[in-house]
Amino acid sequence: MLRKFGLAALAATVAAGAATVVAADTPKKGGTLVIVSSQVPRHFNPAVQSGIATMAPGAHIFATLVRADADWKIHPYLAKSWTTSADGKSVTFKLRTDAKFHDGKPVTSADVKFSIETQKANHPFKTSLGAVTGVETPDAHTVVVKLKHPHPALTLAMSTSIVPIIPKHVYGDGQNPKAHPRNIKNVVGSGAYILKEYKRAQYILLERNPNYFLKGRPYMDRIVYKIIRDASSRVIAMERGEGSLFAFMSDVAAIARLKKSDKLVVTDKGYAGIGPNTWLAFNTKEGPTADVRVRRAIAYAIDRKFITGQLHRGVSTPSTGPIVPGSPFYTREVETYDVNLKKAEALLEEAGHKKKADGTRLELTIDYLPAVPDVQQRIAEYARGQLKKVGIKVTVRNSPDFPTWAKRISNWQFNMTMDLPFNWGDPVIGVHRSYLCNNIKKGVIWSNTQQYCNPEVDKILEAAGQETDPAKRRALYVKFQQILADDLPVYWISVLPYHTAYSKDLGNPPVGIWGIVSPMDDIYWKKQPK
Amino acid sequence: MRLPAAVAKRMGYALVLLFAVLVLNFTLLYLAPGDAAETIAGEAGGASPEMLAKIRKDYGLDLPFHDQLYLYLAKIVQGDFGHSFYFDQPVTTVIFENLAPTLLLVVSSLLIAISFGTFLGVFAARRPNGLLSQIITVLALLGYALPVFWTGIMLVILFASLIPLFPTSGMDAGPLGASGFDYVWEVLHHLALPVLTLSTIYLAFYSRLSRASMMDVLGADYIRTARAKGLNERVVVFKHALRNAVLPVVTFAGLQFGALFSGAVLVETVFSWPGLGTLAFDSILRRDTPTLLGILFFSALIVIVANLLTDLAYRLVDPRIKTAGKT
Repeated sequence: MLRKFGLAALAATVAAGAATVVAADTPKKGGTLVIVSSQVPRHFNPAVQSGIATMAPGAHIFATLVRADADWKIHPYLAKSWTTSADGKSVTFKLRTDAKFHDGKPVTSADVKFSIETQKANHPFKTSLGAVTGVETPDAHTVVVKLKHPHPALTLAMSTSIVPIIPKHVYGDGQNPKAHPRNIKNVVGSGAYILKEYKRAQYILLERNPNYFLKGRPYMDRIVYKIIRDASSRVIAMERGEGSLFAFMSDVAAIARLKKSDKLVVTDKGYAGIGPNTWLAFNTKEGPTADVRVRRAIAYAIDRKFITGQLHRGVSTPSTGPIVPGSPFYTREVETYDVNLKKAEALLEEAGHKKKADGTRLELTIDYLPAVPDVQQRIAEYARGQLKKVGIKVTVRNSPDFPTWAKRISNWQFNMTMDLPFNWGDPVIGVHRSYLCNNIKKGVIWSNTQQYCNPEVDKILEAAGQETDPAKRRALYVKFQQILADDLPVYWISVLPYHTAYSKDLGNPPVGIWGIVSPMDDIYWKKQPK
Repeated sequence: MRLPAAVAKRMGYALVLLFAVLVLNFTLLYLAPGDAAETIAGEAGGASPEMLAKIRKDYGLDLPFHDQLYLYLAKIVQGDFGHSFYFDQPVTTVIFENLAPTLLLVVSSLLIAISFGTFLGVFAARRPNGLLSQIITVLALLGYALPVFWTGIMLVILFASLIPLFPTSGMDAGPLGASGFDYVWEVLHHLALPVLTLSTIYLAFYSRLSRASMMDVLGADYIRTARAKGLNERVVVFKHALRNAVLPVVTFAGLQFGALFSGAVLVETVFSWPGLGTLAFDSILRRDTPTLLGILFFSALIVIVANLLTDLAYRLVDPRIKTAGKT
């Protein structure tokens, strides 16, 4: 497959960005964007650290080879064009020649090679560059990525701070890149903003990069991440105008409250790439949930629509499978287990769980991730009530903090647990991990903790991970979703009700597939705040 | 007992106490489920078993308990508090960055609680059955009974959201804030609500304490003598009575310093105050044992120093204590 992009495509990016604004006025320069956040980053080097706390500011500081728009289209960024060889095992990137790091040194193919190698050796998303066998640099502005097999997820992974381009002359000094002092101080990238100051757990100050390679951008003079721990204080800060943008809101009451403000726009756009699923996972190896009939019975007993409609007051969308609805690979042609208590009871009966004198059939436990009650604890408690109706006595197990929960789940000491793993753009990066036989790894959270193993699924996923024809690839993932919905290692409930609130006066808000985990070099003030 | 000897003896106790604090806290944290490797992997969105093993090896989490404890204590003796798992920086650096804001919060709350509390108590004691005394009693009890985080959130809603007089959170306006003298004003502005929250409880406490103590003293013979001498009421109350009535207040100020510290954890979390409380909270959630142990150690140290200062203050307020203990 051959793909070429030139300046025309770049112009299209700008146009696509501007199209999200109703009145396409010319962006104005200047001003400060204050982002309200709960996230405390460890440091700012996303090549060795994932998580929104690092990735979002990291995407403003470090440019990437390519970037993505709101329609999953990949556009040039540090790379002005790229071509894939006929066998799909070699991808050649042509770099811009005018890009410079914040310290004035040019961005060359050596930096790209170094970045890819550092990411591959240190980043937790092993599959993002897992297929890369080597990087060649025939000249200073050409990079050839050699692959073990075709890797259709490559450019998507490179379109956000999963694969940032970091300077070799800074990080290539032999120090451990995970604990490098320059990860937190004097951070040097080639992106639209320069890290000026970080006061841990208080604020991050980014300033406009005057020598940014996209001329005229960014429009903002400054971006400030204001870190506020208390959830209600974050909402009040937005209402008072202390902050102009607040992303990754999952608190249903907060979303409803900020929607009432006439100064703010509240949207659920900007999370298609991250693809956050909320689900009820089963232990498919041990206990009653090892029986698929029990799992199906539980699915029939729980009403997904009640959760999205009532518990989440309509701000979340139902999720029916391992791939979230925002993805191009999503299909609705799967078994959805619409609520049916009679069917649930019949399945339990069939599985040998007869009704005892006290009306119960069996007992199960349900765990949940702490600290995000609307999308975890509340659903677990609702499930307890629903399952009681079909004779399953459920005990909701509380975990005081994340490590406690992670210990239980990763060591498979559970019947059922609520969870919220992310898709991370391409299924290869965020979806495969939960269902592959060879990713059943005791003690590792967010591996295949369901211990689900189906060789047929493994085969489909292996093929899909290498298929370069989009239509064929989609067909494989459709098949995968259908098998998964039948085997039901997980009962998928909803897409997380993540919302972004931003000031009405902001132009080009971050609503692309990666949301705020993007360069944000086109956001601007239509009218400066007082 | 003479002053240097008394201080030396207290220092000896303090060392034993600090050692106990270290061992006990280390053991408790070791027993908590999950470790830093899991948190780091968790925040990263997953990891391989090799990566988890590497993190554990890097931080010495794969060693048996007694080895970990021995290594930790050996390093402390050399003044090395270790490396924060989470922030990848020396624990002392992380703690000292957060120490000043906490001290500012705790000390100003304590001072306000003591001075206002005592004042209210004295005021109430003079007419124990008067209307004002009753009002002070009710307010004091209310302040004491309300959970501190609730008070905090209510104050934010009232004075930051409904009547936007004060900022919602933080210690200053951040990178876009003022400098110089304006900065001091800015910090005070941010300090108002947290201090109000934290001091309410203790204000209640000290007003009750000084009220009872004052009533007691005002009934004493020497007060009657003073009044009989024809001294004016102000001198009687503030010079003769208060000096004796304030003794229990001083005692409790020392004892309560530790409690005030724990109250600060909640207040800091509500107001995003960048102090040891929020740091402790984060460290617990992330199983950042070295940081948490460091915080607990320094907190213990501060409480011990505070108690020592209380003892010294005692000697100042009440000369009798200097001679007490002499046999």
